[in-house]
Amino acid sequence: MSPQTARAEVLARIRSALRRDDAPAGSASAEPSGPAGTSAAASAAAAQVGPAPADPGPHPDGDALIELLTDRLLDYDASVSLLTAAEVPARIAELLTGARTIVAPHDLDPAHLAGLTAEVLPDSADAPLDLATLDSVDAVVTASTAAVADTGTIVLSGPQCGRRAITLVPDHHICLVRTADIVNRVPAAVEIIEERGLVEHPQTWVSGPSATSDIELERVAGVHGPRTLDVILVTG
Amino acid sequence: MSVTHLGMPTVPGKGNIVEPSPFPQVAELELGKIQMRTNLARATSTIRGKRLARVAEVPNWEELRDHGSAVKTAVMDRLPELLEQFEHNVTARGGHVHWARDADEANAIVARLVEEHAPVLDTGRREVIKVKSMATQEIGLNEHLEEIGIDAYETDLAELIVQLGHDRPSHILVPAIHRNRREIREIFLREMPDVDPDLTDDPTALAEASRKHLRRKFLSTPVAVSGANFGIAETGTLSVVESEGNGRMCVTLPETLITVMGIEKILPRFADLGTFMQLLPRSSTGERMNPYTSFWTGVTPGDGPQNVHVVLLDNGRTRALADEHGRQALHCIRCSACMNVCPVYERTGGHAYGSVYPGPIGAILSPLLTGTDAGANDTLPYASSLCGACYDACPVKIDIPQMLVRLRNEDTETKARKTGRLPRTQLDAALTAASWVMSDGRRMAVAEKSLPLAHLLTGPEGIRSLPGVAGKWTHSRTLPQPPEQSFRSWWKKERGTR
Repeated sequence: MSPQTARAEVLARIRSALRRDDAPAGSASAEPSGPAGTSAAASAAAAQVGPAPADPGPHPDGDALIELLTDRLLDYDASVSLLTAAEVPARIAELLTGARTIVAPHDLDPAHLAGLTAEVLPDSADAPLDLATLDSVDAVVTASTAAVADTGTIVLSGPQCGRRAITLVPDHHICLVRTADIVNRVPAAVEIIEERGLVEHPQTWVSGPSATSDIELERVAGVHGPRTLDVILVTG
Repeated sequence: MSVTHLGMPTVPGKGNIVEPSPFPQVAELELGKIQMRTNLARATSTIRGKRLARVAEVPNWEELRDHGSAVKTAVMDRLPELLEQFEHNVTARGGHVHWARDADEANAIVARLVEEHAPVLDTGRREVIKVKSMATQEIGLNEHLEEIGIDAYETDLAELIVQLGHDRPSHILVPAIHRNRREIREIFLREMPDVDPDLTDDPTALAEASRKHLRRKFLSTPVAVSGANFGIAETGTLSVVESEGNGRMCVTLPETLITVMGIEKILPRFADLGTFMQLLPRSSTGERMNPYTSFWTGVTPGDGPQNVHVVLLDNGRTRALADEHGRQALHCIRCSACMNVCPVYERTGGHAYGSVYPGPIGAILSPLLTGTDAGANDTLPYASSLCGACYDACPVKIDIPQMLVRLRNEDTETKARKTGRLPRTQLDAALTAASWVMSDGRRMAVAEKSLPLAHLLTGPEGIRSLPGVAGKWTHSRTLPQPPEQSFRSWWKKERGTR
């Protein structure tokens, strides 16, 4: 049977299951209209549900928010340092002691990497490094989009965070988080992603280094993603 | 089934969602596996503690559950439009959407895409890498691909343990939960050709072995198959929620990505993730957040797979949808909290349920997808003590106990229709007699006079074997010795003179 038949039949089965058999035959592929139509379906569903629960508090800010994020990241076995922008290059150099080659997104502020002895390979969607190269570098340094203190989650999306592969294949990830980008709970990070127009851009939410709970439900670090995650919280 | 309107007939799903033999029979076999029961008891008690601690941290947990439930209800109400919106957005961003009425059709679509995009290797076979997916287990994708010359490599650690151990998954989140570290080490030593012979059973060392084993596959395989935790209608975004980074590898590195997603996995808006990404990780692994979640929308030039497909799977979901009560089983976000709290699952393990969906949700979902007449799926709704722990744990408030009772009723009525009458069992006769005795205080007092005699006849070891239908009780447990006297006679003796 043709693919179009499968589509029409599944949609017809759904309408029938929902007792909407009054829908004209073949309407599954017709251009819908009205508020319940296809293009407005998500908004209509949202209107039916009403607003999501508000952040119930407490609402930590400033140092308390930074402390909360730090606590959560340490719990995941990430390392955390809190620095001013001027202190960042020295810290990165320290974390990369002995590294020969690293990768960084082409759009990352080069000031962060000043003073590095390691060779920095820039990567971008226009000039992507191949996988063998990514597999051979010692580390990757990127910025981030937002961080959720409550869950210790860092959102990576957009040019300064680089292509998804560069924060995945190298075994060591150094990630910069602006303290201004820290939010309390998950919904606030979702709002930032929407405000910055990144929803349809690839995103990775990272909460600690690669880990598994598959053996006796114990969280152990270190499977396929970077096994070392160093987070630098940048003030100002 | 409560399909009372004159619509299209519902079409049952097929695949690995059928219990082959009656649950009590399989359960009895499984209960004999002492090592499995020990592993499972340990793992489920650990995860229960973690989940409770992480849920208690969230002050508005109940509000989030209500919201999650309301969103899912709205999704079911508007499913045709939301699916069309999702399809439109995926297509607009360079992705391809396929529709599959059942398991066979989905398998055929994936197979055709793999044959188009994966080269034949020197071995004469093709290879794909896979990230753990319930939908592809449900349709038996790996088995189908194997038959036609395609090897599907599971990359999730637990799935790898199951695959290498020639075993079946027993849990939807931690499929190798029935194995302990010592058993896993033995499987790795036996099945991984390049493994370090000095491998220990330290979980970190076992994770490292899996990393080495799969690294080359990740970097060289051009086609991956995934499931999806959520598909966002308003944007066409897909997501995979995971821990190890194998999911990121599969959805990022290959040139072609094929995602098989049940039609019920739709969420209306990206903003809905604000609720669901709080509910899911805490309910499943008992973590504040899982290590990695990937989101992708169609094709992004220069970043990730350039050939992106999604297969929308019915396979009985519309059958469940047609049951206006059973519909809520489709709200399930596959967190596994219900099985971790279930006293039946904890003892029998997941294999006893036959279906890839075990535990309380499986006991309603499998028969709803297939109908109670498929295999022994009519026995699954009875695999519960109706204690209600699953309902309390469910992050989207699926009323599993209520559905279990409804399905039992449906099962009884279906069988009654076949025989033309409700079955009269020994139990019915016993209950009728009990009702006659208990409804009258004097009759009850007479009945209780037999207690001292029963006490003497039984002895302190209790009753090990009862006749007739009551034997089902003593088949697996001992009935305690009856007391020397009833409460009523004790009361009369102690206080009766006042």
